[in-house]
Order: sequence, then C-alpha cells, then structure tokens
Amino acid sequence: MPTTSVPDPSQKHQRREHALMLALVSPALLVILALIVLPVGWLAWQSVYHDGFTLENYRRVFTEDIYWRSFALTFEISLAVTLIALLLGYPVAYLANSVPKGWSILILALVVLPFWTSVLVRAYAWLALLQRTGVINQFLRYLDVISEPLALVHNTFGTVVATVHILLPFMVLPLYATMQKIPADLMQAGASLGASPSLTFFRVFLPLSMPGVLAGCTMVFVLCLGFYITPELLGGGRTVMVSMLVSRNVELYNQFGAASAVAVVLLVSVLAIFFVVSRFISLDRVLGQK
Amino acid sequence: MMRASPARIVLYVISALVLVYLILPVLIIAPISFSSARFLTFPPPSLSLRWYQQYFANPAWMQATQVTLTVALLTVVIATPLGVAAAYAISQSKLRIMRIIHMTLLLPLVVPIIITAVGIFFVYAKVGLVATMPGLVLANVMLGLPYVVISVLAGLQSFDPAQEMVARSLGMNRLRSFFAVTLPQIKSSVVAGGIFAFISAMDETIVALFISGGQYQPLTKRMFTALRDEIDPTIAAISTLMTAASFMLVLLASTRQKKGG
Repeated sequence: MPTTSVPDPSQKHQRREHALMLALVSPALLVILALIVLPVGWLAWQSVYHDGFTLENYRRVFTEDIYWRSFALTFEISLAVTLIALLLGYPVAYLANSVPKGWSILILALVVLPFWTSVLVRAYAWLALLQRTGVINQFLRYLDVISEPLALVHNTFGTVVATVHILLPFMVLPLYATMQKIPADLMQAGASLGASPSLTFFRVFLPLSMPGVLAGCTMVFVLCLGFYITPELLGGGRTVMVSMLVSRNVELYNQFGAASAVAVVLLVSVLAIFFVVSRFISLDRVLGQK
Repeated sequence: MMRASPARIVLYVISALVLVYLILPVLIIAPISFSSARFLTFPPPSLSLRWYQQYFANPAWMQATQVTLTVALLTVVIATPLGVAAAYAISQSKLRIMRIIHMTLLLPLVVPIIITAVGIFFVYAKVGLVATMPGLVLANVMLGLPYVVISVLAGLQSFDPAQEMVARSLGMNRLRSFFAVTLPQIKSSVVAGGIFAFISAMDETIVALFISGGQYQPLTKRMFTALRDEIDPTIAAISTLMTAASFMLVLLASTRQKKGG
C-alpha cells in the first residue's frame, strides 16, 4: 500500500473512499431525483402556485362535494379491501405456517403466482368472469339458479373483488413471515398449561402475529389508496377513486392545479400512514415484501 | 397436533377457497384465448387459434409489442448497472447520508404510481419527452431501480466484504477486484434484480398512459384502451402470452436467487 507523507493518511484515504461511494450511488440517485423527487415537487408547487401563491386548489379539495365524496369512497373501499384481505389472508398464512415445508411452499407458490400476472391481465380476467355475459353469470343461468344476469361488475362490488385479488399476496406474505418467527414451543407451553387450542391461539399466537397483521394491512391499505387500473376498468365510471380524480382533472378538464392538490393530499395521507406505522414496526418489514 | 379437529377442517376449507379465488382468474384466461367463441360459453364450443392470429396479424399490436420489448430490454440494460453500483455503495459505505439515499432509491415503491405518472407527465411536457422512446425508457428505469437495489443488497448481505479486501491487498485495484471476486458471487441476485426490472417494465401501464403516445405506445397502454372500449378476446391471447412470459421469467429469477447470493 502506498504511504504518503500527509499528516493523517487514513483520513485522506477515508475521504477518497467516501467520494468513491457517493460517485457510485449518484447515477441511480440522479434518476430517482429527476424522475420522482422533481416531478412530485413540481406537483406540490403547482398545487399552490398559479400566477401567485394560492390555496384555492386545496380549498376546493376540502370543500367541494365531488372531491370530498371521492376521498371518502377511496378510504371506505381501502378499508373494506384491507379487512377482507386480512380475513382471507390470515387463514392461508396460518395454514402455510402449520403444514410441512413442502406443502407450505406449494401454498405460497399459489399465493405468489397471480402476483406475477399483469394487473391488466387480471382486470381482463375479472371482466370475463363477472360481466353480464361472463363465465359466472352464464354458469349460474346454465344451472338455473338465476334467470336474469347479476350485476357483478362495473360497480363497487367488481372493484372490490378484483382489488382484493390483486392485493391479497401483500397481506399473506408479511403474515407468513411473522408467523414463521413465532416459536412453536410457545404453543406447546400453552397447551401443557392446560389451555385449549383456541385459547392458545387467541392468547398467544394471535397477539404475536400482530406485527405481520400491521405490516400486511398497511401495505394493502396504502396500495389500495392509490389504485387506478382496477377501479377504472371494473368500476364502470361510478366508483370514482382519488387516483381517477387526479387523472380526470389532467386528461379531461386540464385542471392541473386541482389534480396536483388532490395528488398532494393523497401522497401526504400515504406518507402519514407510513410514518405512524414506522413508530410500531420497522418499515423494511412493510416494504421488503414487495 | 390435532389434525382432524373441526377448527382444522374449517381452516382447510377456507384456505382452499381463497386459493381457488387467487388462481382461478389467472387460469381462466387461457381457455378463453383458445376458444372460438367471443365469450366463454357453456358448453364450451370448439378450439381455435383465431385470437392469436388476430394478434399476430395486427400491425398495431405488433408495433406495441415491439415497443414493450425494446423498452423492457433497455430498462434492464440501464437499470441493472446503476442499481448494482448503488447497492454496492450502500452496503460498503459508512456514510450517514447513505441511509437517506437508500430510502430515496426506494421511493418509487412508496409514492402512489398515479402521482408519479402525473408528475412525470408535467416534467416531460416541459422538456419535450412526452411520447418519446427515451422518455419511456427513463421512466421505466426509475421504476425498476428499487427492484435491482433490493435484490442486489440482499445478495451482498451474504457476501463477506473481507474477500474483496484480500484481493485488493494482493494488488488488484478496486474495479478489478469487484469484477473478479464480488460480482461472480452476487451474480444470481444481479440477474434476479434485472429480471424483476424487466417484468416491471413489461407490465407498467399507468405511467405509459400519461407519457406515451404516437408510435411509442407499449402493449399495456393499447390493452388498457381496448379493455375500456370493448372486451375483445384478442386480449385473452395477449394476456396468456404475457402471463406465460412472466411466469417463465419469475421461475428463472427464483432459481437464480436460490442458487446463491
């Protein structure tokens, strides 16, 4: 190693090391800064500046009925989707955790399989299944269960069914990861102390799986808040979620200020949720699953 | 434990139903794509390849496919080295700011995609990148970077940096020691990260809806528009091909990841 007569060679070496590492990370950082930090900053600026500083856009978002309804609907749908995903996902994660390894790999593979199918492809699948002339209606009529086709899609029902389908893996994976870390000894200890299996589950297992519940619910809720393709294609224009409000303000009405304000409120909501959750569990746990 | 308890049976039944709900929609597309009827009818009519023929004979679909594949390929070629360099620096550096940089690089996963899309549209409109190939590629590089960073960081975690130190103490320079010692050991996670970036670019729809146009529209944008107007089984054929492609890629990525790193 070449030694120099500089007073503190290690310090100089360290500085060079730091500079090299910053140089290595900077191209990626530049792309992110230019294509996500700058655009989002631009949105924020545009939401308050139009020929001078103004809060008009925010006043509209918070007072006009259409905006208010859309935010309320988005939160309601996200909440419903999160709860349904939790109710459907918990048993699957529990089962995957309690069966021999080969089976749990199979179950997890089945959970992840649709995860890797394009969201668009799945929207098409649900349209083919749920529409008036779709598979389910045809099948039910073939069985003579119904005489008139049911309205299963182009409404909130279709949106929720398809959204849960897309977000369920984001619930199951963190749940499974958390459950795996719960020592089986604890269940046996509960049983040996005379607790019934259901008591052990509710008093020991369920509380210990809460970090997974929190991580899964956060991910599903936050992703659902920003959903666009599924409500657009399966909502039939009646289920106007916040993301659709943003795109309509841009595409149809050229209301850039209003679109920006809606976008900022949505983003702040998402970041606030992440911030609150990060006080309870590590964010890596939430994001690491994706 | 008690395997046949009633609670256990309920658990099996619920889980089975949930798994059917997850898998069925994915599987239903293939029969529709091979059916001669416009809709899946009972009893099923004859088999046919007409929807595949319509896809391959349609210049608009073919051009869109070409755009998608080109964008996805360029995304991998650009995002992979950038992501590897960033992940390497994050794992090696003790600088405090690296934590913030690391978080910043994961922002594309945090910011709702519709916000990203509209924001990029505004910025692109200012600099004239709307409806251009470079604009589309750049946006997909940004969206794919987190996948590469996460995958490579995971690979680097199981790699002992002392090995690279040894190579350097034996006289290799930093660059050579990285390529000779480190890279071969994290190769699997690099490839996996690249594959995820490819899939992400292949599937990306919402940003493309806002910033692509003219002759540079990816498959997903045309599919979205087609789905909004009318349900055409040609999309079932395209969907089946896309699904088969991403499954093969995921399989490749996961075997890669398991092999090491």
